[in-house]
Amino acid sequence: MAAVRTPREIFLNRVAIAAVMVVLLIMLVPIYWIGSTAFKPRNLATTIPPTVFFQPEVSPFVKLMTKRSQLRKPVEQEVYDAAPWWEKMVLDGGEKVVRTGKGKIRPSGYGQRFTNSLIVSIISTFLAVSMGTLTAYGFSRFKVKGEDDWLFFILSTRMLPPVVVAIPMYLMYRVVGLNDSHLGLIILYTAFNLSFSVWIMKGFIDEIPREYEEAALVDGYTRIQAFFKIVLPEAMTGIAATAVFCFITAWNEYAFALIMTNRRAQTAPPYIPSQVGSGLPDWTVIAAGTFLFLLPVAIFTFLLRNHLLRGMSFGAIRK
Amino acid sequence: MANIQLKGVTKEYGVNKALRGLDLEIADGEFFVLLGQTGAGKTTTLRIIAGLEKPTDGQVLIDGEDVADWNAAERDVALVLQQYSLYPRLTVRGNLEFPLKSRIRKLDSAQIAERVDKAAATLQITPLLDRKVERLSGGEMQRVSIGRAIVREPRVFLMDEPLSALDAKLREALRVELKKLHNDLGATFLFVTHDQVEAMSMGDKIGVLNRGKLVQVGTPSQVYSAPLNTFVARAVGTPPMNLLKGTLSGGQAVIDANGFELPVNGQGGQDGQRMTFGIRPEDIRLESGAPVEARIFDIEDHGVVKILNIEVGEHRIHATVPARMPVALDETIRFGWKGDKVLMFDPETGHNLSI
Ligand SMILES: Nc1ncnc2c1ncn2[C@@H]1O[C@H](COP(=O)(O)OP(=O)(O)OP(=O)(O)O)[C@@H](O)[C@H]1O
Ligand SMILES: [Mg+2]
Repeated sequence: MAAVRTPREIFLNRVAIAAVMVVLLIMLVPIYWIGSTAFKPRNLATTIPPTVFFQPEVSPFVKLMTKRSQLRKPVEQEVYDAAPWWEKMVLDGGEKVVRTGKGKIRPSGYGQRFTNSLIVSIISTFLAVSMGTLTAYGFSRFKVKGEDDWLFFILSTRMLPPVVVAIPMYLMYRVVGLNDSHLGLIILYTAFNLSFSVWIMKGFIDEIPREYEEAALVDGYTRIQAFFKIVLPEAMTGIAATAVFCFITAWNEYAFALIMTNRRAQTAPPYIPSQVGSGLPDWTVIAAGTFLFLLPVAIFTFLLRNHLLRGMSFGAIRK
Repeated sequence: MANIQLKGVTKEYGVNKALRGLDLEIADGEFFVLLGQTGAGKTTTLRIIAGLEKPTDGQVLIDGEDVADWNAAERDVALVLQQYSLYPRLTVRGNLEFPLKSRIRKLDSAQIAERVDKAAATLQITPLLDRKVERLSGGEMQRVSIGRAIVREPRVFLMDEPLSALDAKLREALRVELKKLHNDLGATFLFVTHDQVEAMSMGDKIGVLNRGKLVQVGTPSQVYSAPLNTFVARAVGTPPMNLLKGTLSGGQAVIDANGFELPVNGQGGQDGQRMTFGIRPEDIRLESGAPVEARIFDIEDHGVVKILNIEVGEHRIHATVPARMPVALDETIRFGWKGDKVLMFDPETGHNLSI
């Protein structure tokens, strides 16, 4: 437990806590704003002063997921009565849900973009972290000729602002047919995150005593077995921290996604702002899209929080 | 069970030579202690035998077979280190099972459990089996490390200063236990230490290592009573042997500087030759009628004996005397030595001239 503290220390501690609370509140306001707008009726979204108390509704999410068009004239009562609860919300807003000839609902582009984001981010994070960990292990445990030069070279791939290479990459991708494909984005994001992953993981693996693996080698295991049984569990903290950073980078990436993709493999970041431009923006729908977009990173970080706290406080980041 | 042979093993780290043409032979079932100061190359020797390091030159043979191409797993040796050798995430049982679960051993779970229980009983760590190793005391950890070696029933045990991190009492207790273990298992042990008491009390044979070279091999008593040179003479025995420069003259050692004379009955050396005379502290006698006068400079009381540091001119000499002998600081006493116990070394090369 903590040592006995003087009244002065207790007072300072309280001041510090109060200061942190204030900062936290300021940081949370935008998140609250987005979150609350995502549940507001359209007419309350842009009032001045902002509406704080309101009846939350899910209509923004319904609109987010469906393709809609303006109603020319009010719907007939029978049609309105026959509509399910969520469709009524759309009709109440003076719009109707677009259906195909066979009566199936036409979804908006959001769901697919969101799925694309998940696919690209998860796979590229997995690749960057696993390749980075193996590379870092090699650098950490074996004599590599020109080790420092290699490590600098790996880091230097990160020094150019990504936008600078975006146009040449786009041209090359068009030639090999990788533009607007999941694979193309996965390769880009993996390459981009790899240097970071190698550096962070090298720091963590350097801290794991070799004696553990050597004991395993003498105990009758191969190096690969020793790596999986001994090194990997010990490196979990570092892997978690690296994975979170790689995931956030890939998830939020905007410039490459904007240039390299337009439909099939487009991710959420370039899609959400594109909705602002089409006609009079419905801010509640945009807020709903942004709000959903925030969730995966929050959940991922929350799940790994125990590893992260330890990962931040020692290991490579400390250096 | 196995014998080990090292032939001309050299290990270079860049320009730094850790081992220089090391020749070593350890018989089957022997408890061999390698004694050397820090940096002498003890750990390097073990790592080369275990297969964790490749020698720059020379051969390692186990049971007469050159094992250059065998990896660590194939050599079937067990290694106990000073620290860090337990897997921190596993329980004691997990640690003991770990080497047995390797695919090369093909043991079923009943056999594994049996071996673990037996080893735990031998080392008296059965109550610890389900504890996490992180919170064990140093002595407990070292028992578990030894346990992890014995469950394997390896051909050779390699131990790198396994006791040096422990306090004196525990060290003594584990020393006895290790000897007993060696007797029970009958396996070949190579035990490395910088502690000469450990070496003397445990080894069937001692090898004294100096800067990557083996200086002398022998039983503890051979190494103690007939050291090949002044290095070994100083390395073995506490307090170390007294070494005094002087001249051999008519069966007398005439010591430099203040020229006190004492008899020498040993062989070797010619009259008038320059010498380094060596005498163990317990072979110095304090008597009223003895030939040389000295002043008591320091007294260490060890219970059974007292270790005196006496001053003659510019020389300081260690002497071991019975604890009940009444002595006082700064007291003037007279001493002599047992002439037949004096060893003569070449003052230039340090070689023992008496053998
Ligand atoms: N991996 C290495 N790289 C460079 N030099 C090394 C390496 N390992 C050992 N050495 C050097 O080789 C020499 C012998 O080292 P070694 O570890 O075998 O000594 P030791 O007798 O075990 O010493 P200690 O009692 O301190 O453990 C030392 O000078 C050491 O600095
Ligand atoms: Mg060592």
